[in-house]
Amino acid sequence: MKILKRTNNVLPGFGPTMGYTLLYLSLVVLIPLSALVFKTAGLSWHDFLEAVAAPRVLASYRITFGAALAAAGINAVFGVLVAWVLVRYPFPGKRLVDALVDLPFALPTAVAGITLATVYSANGWAGKYLEPHGIKVAFTPLGIIVAMTFIGLPFVVRTVQPVIEELDAEIEEAAACLGASRWQTFRRVLFPLLTPSVLTGFALAFARGVGEYGSIIFIAGNMPMVSEITPLLIITKLEQYDYQGATAIATVMLVASFTMLLVINLLQRWSRRYAD
Amino acid sequence: MAAPTTTYTGKNNGNHRITEPAPVRWLLTAIALAFLALFLALPLAAVFSQAFAKGWETYLAALWEPDTLSSVKLTLITAAVAVPLNLVFGVIASWAIAKFTFPGKNLLITLIDLPFSVSPVISGLIYVLIFGRQGWLGPWLDAHDIKIVFAVPGIILATIFVTFPFIARELIPLMEAQGKDEEEAALVLGASGLQTFLRVTLPNIKWGIIYGVILCNARAMGEFGAVSVVSGHIRGSTNTVPLHVEILYNEYNYTAAFAVASLLALLALVTLVVKTVAEWKVQQQLERE
Amino acid sequence: MSIEIENIGKQFGSFTALDDINLSIPSGELVALLGPSGSGKTTLLRIIAGLETPDSGRIIFNGEDTTDRHVRERKVGFVFQHYALFKHMTVFDNVAFGLNVRPRDSRPSKSAIKEKVMELLRLVQLEGMAKRYPSQLSGGQRQRIALARALAVEPQVLLLDEPFGALDAQVRAELRRWLRRLHDEIHVTSVFVTHDQEEALEVADRIVVMNKGRIEQAGTPDQVYEHPANPFVLNFLGNVNLFHGRIPQPAQGERKTVSYVRSHDIDIDRSQQDSSSLSAEIRHIQKLGPSVRVTLTLASGEPIEAELTRDAFQNLGLQQGEQVYVRPRQVRVFVEDYQI
Repeated sequence: MKILKRTNNVLPGFGPTMGYTLLYLSLVVLIPLSALVFKTAGLSWHDFLEAVAAPRVLASYRITFGAALAAAGINAVFGVLVAWVLVRYPFPGKRLVDALVDLPFALPTAVAGITLATVYSANGWAGKYLEPHGIKVAFTPLGIIVAMTFIGLPFVVRTVQPVIEELDAEIEEAAACLGASRWQTFRRVLFPLLTPSVLTGFALAFARGVGEYGSIIFIAGNMPMVSEITPLLIITKLEQYDYQGATAIATVMLVASFTMLLVINLLQRWSRRYAD
Repeated sequence: MAAPTTTYTGKNNGNHRITEPAPVRWLLTAIALAFLALFLALPLAAVFSQAFAKGWETYLAALWEPDTLSSVKLTLITAAVAVPLNLVFGVIASWAIAKFTFPGKNLLITLIDLPFSVSPVISGLIYVLIFGRQGWLGPWLDAHDIKIVFAVPGIILATIFVTFPFIARELIPLMEAQGKDEEEAALVLGASGLQTFLRVTLPNIKWGIIYGVILCNARAMGEFGAVSVVSGHIRGSTNTVPLHVEILYNEYNYTAAFAVASLLALLALVTLVVKTVAEWKVQQQLERE
Repeated sequence: MSIEIENIGKQFGSFTALDDINLSIPSGELVALLGPSGSGKTTLLRIIAGLETPDSGRIIFNGEDTTDRHVRERKVGFVFQHYALFKHMTVFDNVAFGLNVRPRDSRPSKSAIKEKVMELLRLVQLEGMAKRYPSQLSGGQRQRIALARALAVEPQVLLLDEPFGALDAQVRAELRRWLRRLHDEIHVTSVFVTHDQEEALEVADRIVVMNKGRIEQAGTPDQVYEHPANPFVLNFLGNVNLFHGRIPQPAQGERKTVSYVRSHDIDIDRSQQDSSSLSAEIRHIQKLGPSVRVTLTLASGEPIEAELTRDAFQNLGLQQGEQVYVRPRQVRVFVEDYQI
């Protein structure tokens, strides 16, 4: 009851609701995740290194993180553009387009995977125009980037969009009154205000890409050393009953995710530094 | 990874008198729309085009297949368990977090968001590590002849994990934005805690709940990676709709694969519509001051 | 119902919101808690309501200790600063809420509730608005609905947090007079929080001036205005029309003192009238509607502001740069080390 007193709040139910929250959180999230940590802790240092630093595993990190970086970069550029256009320029069907941006959140990843693989295959709608130019997308690392771009797209748009909406028209008017050109205004006034949200969106898209599985495996080709992503490698190890190997690699991925989470939290704090 | 939280702000579009020259506007709009067409509209159209490539009859035949129907049934069961559980959690957690102040609040919110940061593959793996044959509880479960991993309970558990944050993360900022004035007013007027919640809080978060539930449901029905790890891919028994799509596709049965996938794409479209309406309603409610 | 506030203290972290507050509010009075923001007035109001728990002290309603009684059982009416109307309910349902949530055995019948609500809507002059939603009302109308809702449960105490704070000047003045009349009709013990001295002076039977978690003075509007207990009260009850003049006085004994003169208590003359006249130069003349503010500098270089009626100003025919004499009519002397 002491904590109740301290909250100094007449609204009822803090004790039971907080208790239930912590219980359910522990049962569903914390205890299962700790299983991974404990299982890894049971490995010897030597076994662990052997599992996480084998050449095939290292190649999968390069592919996964490299492609996620590239996809997040593409999304950072086009995401800001899409957000800007959606907020500032009127065009017919804008509401529809705005709603469509969330498609990658709503469309199951397996559906996205088989569809992208089909569209970008040699005789697919997009593939048949790219193939003659020597650009192979499906079943190459490029396909991984395409899939990661698809699933990461809403993150940048939805992080940057509200910030553009919040921009005060007066600051642009002030810059114009002071003689800045439109480009100067964007580069010197608006862009610095958008940077934190762009970086946050970039980091979110990157983190999502690194962990993604369903939409990638259909388009990637999954060639070891060439186009095999780390999450797939975990599943491969599991299917071979190599639980230790799977767990060790999963731990590396988890540490990477938590690092990203920390970075994202710091970015979000940084992005609020000018807030009133 | 965590989806960006909905922020509640007044929309500010349309009142900017300073803007770019018309040709620049057109060019930027054209590039943005081309990008979206290539990455979003094209794949979406492709799903339906492929599904109907061989006509209505083949499409319907693919859906009426017994394995497809059993996968639909399993997906519905999974969502019917996972969504209500996470709904109850979401409402309870957001009450405790949004209406009270306590140390460690931000840490708690971060922990609730954790499942978004974890790769779906890992989300499945952790349940294999606990309930699998070599897992913590494996021997005990084996001795009692209880199957969790490679069975329906495992699929449900993994789905609960990946959809865990959806409703809570929607309701926490909404309830924080609404403050507790109305609840206090109700208490001063003599309402009990339950009356206050049912008559004042619940109507105010109604659209937020709908928003969270529809997204939670979309993910629950569409989850692939985590479910793939724990399912064991037993046809007609532990296959959800997304897993069934994978099987059909890997068997080169493309038309059937896309026919089943079109169901999920339809679900996604319905989700987007409901989500857009709910978002608009929530915004309206917050502006109705 | 009378309210006794005994030794109430409240900390928020290291911030002292209320420091040993003692106050007694007789039954049927309309009392204003007046003070700048951060003075603790809203916290005190919320503690009376039971919305905050005090760290120490007691709240006594009619001789009965209610400190630990839940807000639900205190039977107070509370009007929130931003009204806190239930946005999803009609005006009727808002006002009826307190009656509808009663346990079945003490809940009035549907028709009795309807009658009561309509009676209250008549009282606040909004009979026609029963079916509207709060979003369809103006600020002043919402304020009156919030009041009707609070009155529906027949509270023995009515508490209002900055009741007119969010309204524009004209509606404010109207509602102020209306609240005063309403109180004369229903005579429920009422406490309202305000930072507007004019509002307190006009509406309240008694004013409690608060600052930094303490009560500086409590008394009738005349008492606090005419006989301020200290420079803070004097300062705070001077609004834009009043001014804090400052004239140094020779040391009285060992302690230095400071004298305060309200700007409308200063006369300006062409000639020296008596020993209290001081020579000064007119620096600036500002016409403020019915009155005129004259800024002068004393021979010592100290600035001083006087406020004259337009008539007096025209009779004197003052010009900028002129040498004149100023004479304070009423001087209040305080010991200088008093902390404002």
